[in-house]
Amino acid sequence: MAESLLRIEGLSKRFGGVIGSDNIALDVRAGELHAIIGPNGAGKTTLISQLAGEVTPDSGRIEFGGTDITALPAWQRSMLGLARSFQITSLFPEFTVLDNVALAVQAHAGHSFRFWSNARSETELREPARTALARVGMAGRADAIVSRLSHGEHRQIELAMALATRPRLLLLDEPMAGLGPEESGRMLALLRELKREYTIVLVEHDMEAVFALADRITVLVYGRVIATGGPEAIRANAQVRQAYLGEGDAAVLNHV
Amino acid sequence: MNKLLTARNGFVAVLVAFLLALPLYTAMTGNSFLLTLFTRILILAMAATSLNLIMGFGGMVSFGHAAYLGVGGYVVGILAYEGVSSGFLQWPLAIAVSALFALVIGALSLRTRGVYFIMITLAFAQMIYYVGVSLNRYGADDGLTIQRRSQFAGLLDLSNRTIFYYVCLALLFGTIYLVWRLINSRFGLVIQGARSNDRRMRSIGFPAFRYRLVCFVIAGAMCGLAGVLLANFTNFISPAMMHWTRSGDLIVMVVLGGMGSVFGPAIGAIALLLLEESLSRFTEYWQIILGPLLLAVVLFARGGIDGVLARIGRG
Amino acid sequence: MLLFIEQCLNGLQFGLLLFLLAAGLTLVFGIMDLVNLAHGSLYMLGAYFAATFAALTDSFLLGILLGLAATLVVGMTVEVVALRRLYGRDHLDHVLGTFGLILFFNEVVRFFWGPAGLNLPLPSWLNRSIEVLPGVPYSAYRFSIIVVALVVAFLLYVVVMRTRIGMLIRAGASNREMVSALGVNIQLLYTLVFGLGAALAGLAGIMQAPILTAQIGMGENILILAFVVIIIGGIGSIRGALVASMFVGLVDTVGRAFLPDLLKLFLTPAAASTAGPALSSMLIYVLMAIVLVVRPEGLFPAARR
Repeated sequence: MAESLLRIEGLSKRFGGVIGSDNIALDVRAGELHAIIGPNGAGKTTLISQLAGEVTPDSGRIEFGGTDITALPAWQRSMLGLARSFQITSLFPEFTVLDNVALAVQAHAGHSFRFWSNARSETELREPARTALARVGMAGRADAIVSRLSHGEHRQIELAMALATRPRLLLLDEPMAGLGPEESGRMLALLRELKREYTIVLVEHDMEAVFALADRITVLVYGRVIATGGPEAIRANAQVRQAYLGEGDAAVLNHV
Repeated sequence: MNKLLTARNGFVAVLVAFLLALPLYTAMTGNSFLLTLFTRILILAMAATSLNLIMGFGGMVSFGHAAYLGVGGYVVGILAYEGVSSGFLQWPLAIAVSALFALVIGALSLRTRGVYFIMITLAFAQMIYYVGVSLNRYGADDGLTIQRRSQFAGLLDLSNRTIFYYVCLALLFGTIYLVWRLINSRFGLVIQGARSNDRRMRSIGFPAFRYRLVCFVIAGAMCGLAGVLLANFTNFISPAMMHWTRSGDLIVMVVLGGMGSVFGPAIGAIALLLLEESLSRFTEYWQIILGPLLLAVVLFARGGIDGVLARIGRG
Repeated sequence: MLLFIEQCLNGLQFGLLLFLLAAGLTLVFGIMDLVNLAHGSLYMLGAYFAATFAALTDSFLLGILLGLAATLVVGMTVEVVALRRLYGRDHLDHVLGTFGLILFFNEVVRFFWGPAGLNLPLPSWLNRSIEVLPGVPYSAYRFSIIVVALVVAFLLYVVVMRTRIGMLIRAGASNREMVSALGVNIQLLYTLVFGLGAALAGLAGIMQAPILTAQIGMGENILILAFVVIIIGGIGSIRGALVASMFVGLVDTVGRAFLPDLLKLFLTPAAASTAGPALSSMLIYVLMAIVLVVRPEGLFPAARR
C-alpha cells in the first residue's frame, strides 16, 4: 500500500445555509493521478479552495506529506510543495510569459529581499523558468506579453507556473477548461507525461481525459464523497450513474 | 540605438539638462525666484517619486503620504529648536523616525485593500496632523521657525541657495535611481506581482504582506528625507506640511506625470507646480480651474504625461 | 456629573450627525461603488446655502428648507454632469476626480462668500435651554438635532428596508444588470440615490452650522471622521454606521472633555496640558487601529460585497 501524500479527514464547510463540503474523507497516494469529479454544484471548487488554503474549513483535517496543513496559509503550502493551477486563469497579464514563470521560480529560490541587482538577469531564475516553459511547449513564447495570448496558451502557462515551484503534488483545477479539441489533445498528452513524475490531483469535467488518466477517481455530489475507486469500479457504480443521470452525463460514462 | 531615441527619453534628457543648468541661468539673470520655485519642485518631486513606489508599482494608494513629509520635517525642526542642528544627527534620525511611523501605520493599514486602505491611510495621516497641531511647545497650529539650516561641519553650506538646490537635485536623482533599481530587483518584481495579482502571488509561495510592508517603509523613509529638505528649505515647520490636501497633491503629481514610470512623478510635480504658478497669476481662484482639470485628466488621460509621451513614440 | 451628562448628550448629537454623513457615503458606495470624497463639500454647501437663505428670507426654517433643496439640486447636477462617468472605474479614479471637485467647491465658495465663513443665527425659540431630564438642562437646539437626526435615521431605515424604492436600491446594490433588465431606469435610480446622499450630507451641514458656523474646508475634517466611522462599522453597512457613529461621537466628545483632567491625576500639569489635547485628538484613531487589528472588516460588515 503506497503511502498517502495527501490525506483529508472529515472536511466540512458551510456557507450560511449551503453545504460546501460535507465530511469529506479522501487520500491521495504518492505517484498516483487522483481525479475528482462530480456534477455541477458538487463542491469541487470548495474542496480545492480548502486544499489550497484560500478557504478555512469549519472542521476536519488536511495532512500533506505527514504535516498538518489545515491552518496554514496558501503561501506556506506552496513552500511545502503543494502547487495549484487555477480554473479561471490567474496570471500577471502585463508581464511577459517568462516573467510570470520566473516569479514562480523566484518564490522558491531563497528570499526576495534583494533590492539592487536586476532579477531579470539572474540565470538562477530564468533557466528553470525556461525549462518549465519548454516542458509545456511554450518555449517559443517566452517574451510575449501574457495579456496578448490566447486562452489555450494561458492554460499552458498556468501549468508551467505550477511546475516551476518544484512541487511534490500538483493540484490542477480544470486544466482543460475552455480548450478546443486540438489544444485538449495536447494538454492530455502533457498530463500523461507529467503523471509519470508527479502526484496529481485533477479536478475535471472532461470525462474522456479523466478516464484516460486517472489511477483512482473520487466522486463528489452535494459536497459528499459518494464513491472512490479505480476507473472501472466508478464506471460501474450505480450511485455514480444515478448522480449523473439527471445531468444527462450518464451516457458519457458509457462511452469513455 | 533606435530604442533609446524615443520622444519620452528625449523629453527626460532635455528636462535633466534644464535642471542641471538652471542655477547658472538664474545666476546670470539674477532671477532667484525661479531658483526658489524649482528647489521646491525638486523636493516635492522626490516625495512624489517615493509615493509612486508604493502607488504606481505597488498598487497601494496611500492618501496619507504627506504625513512623512511632516514627520521628517518635524524631527529636524524639533531637534533644531532643542539645540541640535547637526545634519549628521538630524537627517538619519528623521529618516529612521519616518520609517518607524511607516512601519506602524503600514502594519495596521496593509491588512486592508482598496478603498478601505485609502480611507485608513487618510485617517492615520489626519491623526498625525492633529498631533502636530497639539504640540504647543513646537508651535502648534502656527508652526515653528528653524533658525539655522542643518549644519554639516562646514562640508556643505546649505544656507547657500545654489548649493541647496544641487543637494536637492542630487537627492532627487538618487531617489529616482534607487526606485529604478528597486523596481527591477527581486523585491520589486514581488511588489509589482502583488499589485498585478495578489492571489496568484500567494499561491506560488510569496508572503505578500511582508514585502508590501517593507516597500511601504522604504517609501515612508524616502518621503521623510524629502520632509527634511522641505523643513530646511522653508526654515519652518508646521502641521500644514502634513495636511491631507498635501497628500492629495502628491497623488495628483503621480497620476499627472504617469504612474508606474520612474520619471513620471517628477514630471508630474514640475507640471503641477508650474501650472499652479501660472494659473495663480491669472486669478487667485485658480483652483476653480485646477479642480475640473484634474477630473478631466482622470477621465481622458489616465496614463498621465508619461503615457502621452509613450504614445507619441508608438504612433 | 451634570457636565458628564451634558457631554454625553453632545457626544450623542455629534454621533448622529456623523451617522447622517456616513449613511450617505455608505449608500453611495454600497450602491454605485463610488468613493465620493466630495461628500464633505455637500455638507459645506448645505451650511452655506442655509445660512444665506435664512438671511435672505429672514426665516430660520425657510432657510433650512431652501438650503436643503439647493444642496439636493447641486448634488444631483454634479452626479449627472460629472460623477456618472466615473461609475465602473478604478477607485483611484474616483478619489482623484472627487478630490478635484473638493478643490473646485472650496474655491467656488470662497469666490461667492469670501474666506470669512458665515453664521447661521438661531431663532429665539431654539436658542434656549430646556430640561431633557428632571434637573438636567440642555441646549434646546442640540436636543432638536438629536430628535431630527433620529427621525431621519428611522425614515431612512423604513425607506431602504420597507419600500419598493428601497428594495430597488438594495437590489441595485447586488445586481445592476438584472435591475435594469427589469426595465428600471438605473441611471435615474443612481441619480436619486446620490441625491439622497447629498441631502443627508447637506442636512448634517445645516444642523451643524449654528454651532460651528459655515466655513470653507469644514467638510473635509468631518469627512475623515465619517471614514473612521465606516471603517469601524464596516463598509456597506448602515447598521454598522449607526453603531460606530454613536461610539465615535461619544468617545471623541467625552474624551476631549475629560481626558486632559484625567491625565492631571497621573502627570504634572504641564505634561498634562501638552499631552491632553494631543491624546484626545488621537483617541478615535487609536480606536480605529484597535478595530483594524481585531476585525479588519469592521464590526458589522455587510454580508455581500
